[in-house]
Amino acid sequence: MSEIIRWTAAELGAKLSAGEVSSVEATQAHLDRIAAVDGDVHAFLHINEHALDAAADIDRRRAAGETLGELAGVPLAIKDVLVTTDQPSTSGSRILEGYRSPFDATVVARSRAAGLIGIGKTNMDEFAMGSSTEHSAYGPTHNPWDLDRIPGGSGGGSAAAVAAFEAPLALGSDTGGSIRQPAHVTGTVGIKPTYGGVSRYGAIALASSLDQVGPVSRTVLDAGLLHDVIGGHDPKDSTSLPDVWPSFAAAAREGATRQVLKGLKVGVIKELPDSGFQTGVASSFHAALAQMEAQGAEVVEISAPHFEYGVAAYYLILPAEASSNLAKFDSVRFGLRVTPDGGGTVEDVMSLTREVGFGPEVKRRIILGTYALSAGYYDAYYGSAQKVRTLIQRDFDAAFAQVDVIATPSAPTTAFKLGEKIDDPLQMYLNDLTTIPANLAGVPGISIPSGLAEEDGLPVGIQFLAPAREDARLYRVGAALEALLVDAWGGPLLDRAPVLGGTR
Amino acid sequence: MLARIQLSDDEVTQLTGQLDAIVDNIAKVSEVATPDVEPTSHPIAMHNVFRKDVVGQTLTTAQALQNAPDADGDRFRVTAILGEEQ
Amino acid sequence: MAAVKLMDFDKALELFEPVLGFEVHVELNTETKMFSDAPNPANERNHDAAPNTLIAPVDLGLPGSLPVVNETAVRSSISLGLALGCSIAESCRFARKNYFYPDLGKNYQISQYDEPIAFEGSVEVELEDGTLVTIPIERAHMEEDAGKLTHMGGATGRIQGAEYSLVDYNRAGVPLVEIVTKPIFGAEHRAPEIAKAYVATIRDIVRGLGISEARLERGNLRCDANVSLRPRGQEKLGTRTETKNVNSMRSVERAVRYEIQRQAAILADGGTITQETRHWHEDTGTTSPGRPKSDADDYRYFPEPDLLPVRPAGELVEELRAALPEQPVARRRRLKSAWGFGDIEFQGVVNAGLLDEVEATIVAGTTADAARKWWTGEISRIANEREVDAASLIDPASVAALQQLVDAGTLTDKLARQVLEGVIAGEGTPQQVVDARGLAVVSDDGALIAAIDEALAAQPDVLAKIKDGKVQAAGAVIGAVMKAMKGQADAARVRELILERAAQ
Ligand SMILES: [Mg+2]
Ligand SMILES: [Zn+2]
Repeated sequence: MSEIIRWTAAELGAKLSAGEVSSVEATQAHLDRIAAVDGDVHAFLHINEHALDAAADIDRRRAAGETLGELAGVPLAIKDVLVTTDQPSTSGSRILEGYRSPFDATVVARSRAAGLIGIGKTNMDEFAMGSSTEHSAYGPTHNPWDLDRIPGGSGGGSAAAVAAFEAPLALGSDTGGSIRQPAHVTGTVGIKPTYGGVSRYGAIALASSLDQVGPVSRTVLDAGLLHDVIGGHDPKDSTSLPDVWPSFAAAAREGATRQVLKGLKVGVIKELPDSGFQTGVASSFHAALAQMEAQGAEVVEISAPHFEYGVAAYYLILPAEASSNLAKFDSVRFGLRVTPDGGGTVEDVMSLTREVGFGPEVKRRIILGTYALSAGYYDAYYGSAQKVRTLIQRDFDAAFAQVDVIATPSAPTTAFKLGEKIDDPLQMYLNDLTTIPANLAGVPGISIPSGLAEEDGLPVGIQFLAPAREDARLYRVGAALEALLVDAWGGPLLDRAPVLGGTR
Repeated sequence: MLARIQLSDDEVTQLTGQLDAIVDNIAKVSEVATPDVEPTSHPIAMHNVFRKDVVGQTLTTAQALQNAPDADGDRFRVTAILGEEQ
Repeated sequence: MAAVKLMDFDKALELFEPVLGFEVHVELNTETKMFSDAPNPANERNHDAAPNTLIAPVDLGLPGSLPVVNETAVRSSISLGLALGCSIAESCRFARKNYFYPDLGKNYQISQYDEPIAFEGSVEVELEDGTLVTIPIERAHMEEDAGKLTHMGGATGRIQGAEYSLVDYNRAGVPLVEIVTKPIFGAEHRAPEIAKAYVATIRDIVRGLGISEARLERGNLRCDANVSLRPRGQEKLGTRTETKNVNSMRSVERAVRYEIQRQAAILADGGTITQETRHWHEDTGTTSPGRPKSDADDYRYFPEPDLLPVRPAGELVEELRAALPEQPVARRRRLKSAWGFGDIEFQGVVNAGLLDEVEATIVAGTTADAARKWWTGEISRIANEREVDAASLIDPASVAALQQLVDAGTLTDKLARQVLEGVIAGEGTPQQVVDARGLAVVSDDGALIAAIDEALAAQPDVLAKIKDGKVQAAGAVIGAVMKAMKGQADAARVRELILERAAQ
């Protein structure tokens, strides 16, 4: 195995810039790694056949003396929810098989402009509906820590690609935890930015008022570097914030000095007792908090009485918005068309296409959402759920009057077995218990590895939440804890992951 | 069917059961969604986000039609529409 | 189809009271569409565009595309709201109206539902005899148009019997303002006339504002007419029908009359009216039923999560209010008195639709009477002959220039009519036509005297007759002189000169 793939994006970027390695070599190393392990992991739905050309172009430009960004020449895996002009975009669905977008998502265009090398499109639950990537129409992704287990979802492909050293960086999207929960189960880092902090233009919409695109990586600094590239105002997305953002990479570098922990007030939520979490998840969480306290942080119990209504509100809002967003898949302008035997009307063709083209989870949510918006139910369903968002925002406001960040375990359990919960949607939905409030309120959240659960040796993540627009705080705090833990572990957590494809 | 999805009998049976989940969610949410609480439609409040009325880059007809399941010349083609002019 | 029974109109009005309501869709003539930066086909310069050439991703509902609101469309909507005497909402928002139809790219229309931009207004309309009627306005809201379907393979080109349909999305996303009236009571016998006058007034208002091309035949203005009847003395409103597709002023009048007669016949026979959409057929002058309204008309409206509320600033509203042109009725009142026309003269101009032209001609420097005579006289006569609009034949500045030539004595009325023909034929300005055709009155007495001498030489007895007091004998000489001058002499001057000669 080439050592190149073990480097962080920051390290690789520095070596590329110093001329110690070329982008073609780095890209090839990752393509080789994908060839060696992705048969087992299945993180990718598509490998970019233009990747080496793009890498060669960066090398040429660098040789010509052009000043390039810190990540120029670094490979990037792209969640298939993001549309790309040089690769197909399916959002994990049969209904979009082979779809070619005439435009790039803004985050893809910005990554391209910064010289990142799009290496492939990653697997996901169909239209980002799921927490295990088992709902992909193209088969599940496997957790690099244990191939029989789920990599989380919906962005299981992006997290697994990074955890399996198939790419140093990936793009994800997070509607209810789809960046943070996969980070948790794969021992990687994931950030859901403040709503509006990163453009949604070109992200195939699931629930427009909840969706947010963000970075997936192995270190907090790498996430910050990528966030700096993709973030900022985009006039193509009306919900994009016009704010001028600080450098998140700089925040991560500052955090790594650990000074930020001195006097930092960390809130823990009274209403999320340990009993709600797998033992090893709870103990890893408390151990991480103890490390922070040892550095001068103060842990404060706060109350967030409305968080428990989050899941219920989320599963009213999401299906409603999704049922409308997914109406465009009707076989007229793009995507699959299935015509009944002997023909039929447009209505027949649309209905059969959607029956055949959508998987069961997608159909379930569309039907539920259609029902929730139907005449006479709107106020009770969607309207009431939107009120819960107000209450959760108030909980956050009250909490952040007392503390700098809130900490929770990123998810209730470690990675479960593939197939274990697929027939129990309600159990599956509880995976997002701790991540959903951030989407409902629009605040940013980060998940970083806190260790391994003692009972199963699988990764556990700790989530930090900050007030809206305070994403930089998450990078400072996340990088500080990361530095502490990596020191304590004697190296990154992923060093302890089983070797993949070693003998193949 | 409003969702325009043809469903098998099995699917209908399964879904009918799951509508209960929605009803549970409503019951849960209505515990706190009282009339005095304002709904939040956008997590970060903004208003008056506009675009100047200036023509930008458009798709070529070829780009517009490149993913079409069926086309006829420069237009998309669909089978007979049941119903009436809108 | 069974023959439709119609009741005599006067009989119908004896038995029933008609209640009207209108929904008028106005296509704005902005440069770009409501939610995309594609060129707007409802703008004059784009209306000839080939199919699927005026398209941005969101107009096709492409995956990942997002809408962004056109600022100018919002301003136009506010201006229109103000011109309709409406209040402008302090805050309003967009909503999704969900339904599947192949001309609707996203399978939802972005419209406004519970929060329109303008509400509660009224417009005064003037009937042909000068009667003023106040039409109450319920609301005016912003929305987007749908694409265009062409039905192929059937005998009629209509949807019934068509084998397939073709879709052009150029029109998808064209900015619309939908103006909805409240129920209009008391129209009685004048219901058809009021319908026509209302649509004409809306056309005049949007033209005056310059916010729409306002051409009914192009669909820039589309009227849906609601008609219901209730038996005399009954409080409760009858069941209404909504007649769509009425795309000329005359058709609006006819369609309302037809519906009153049709519904009256059914009700008088003890039948019931079905609440339904009906389609107007210009060729046969009849309406036919569309889809009945039912519970399936469940549009599942919910606030558009991709767009933010619109809050027109008070200063903007006042700025737009100050810039409003006069209301059509007020303007007519002012012009009538300024021009000093009697009722018949003024109504003649109004009914011919030539108010703008006459006004512009006067502004260009003629008397009111001269402007009126040209437009309602010779120009209208030619227009009728050729079955075109009078306004399309010649511009007001040319008419004024022509009249000025008459006033200066360069042209006689008869010559001026010839010049008009030349101008209409595209031979240039009136002066250019005069020069090219050599039509100017010969005002050189020397030339006239030479011609008179010649004529007198040919008819030597004439001079003696005149000297004898038989002045009428001059006629024969005048005729000969006019003939010699090819009609370009002032007959009165010729007569004067002849009499002078006789007196010598
Ligand atoms: Mg309507
Ligand atoms: Zn409308």
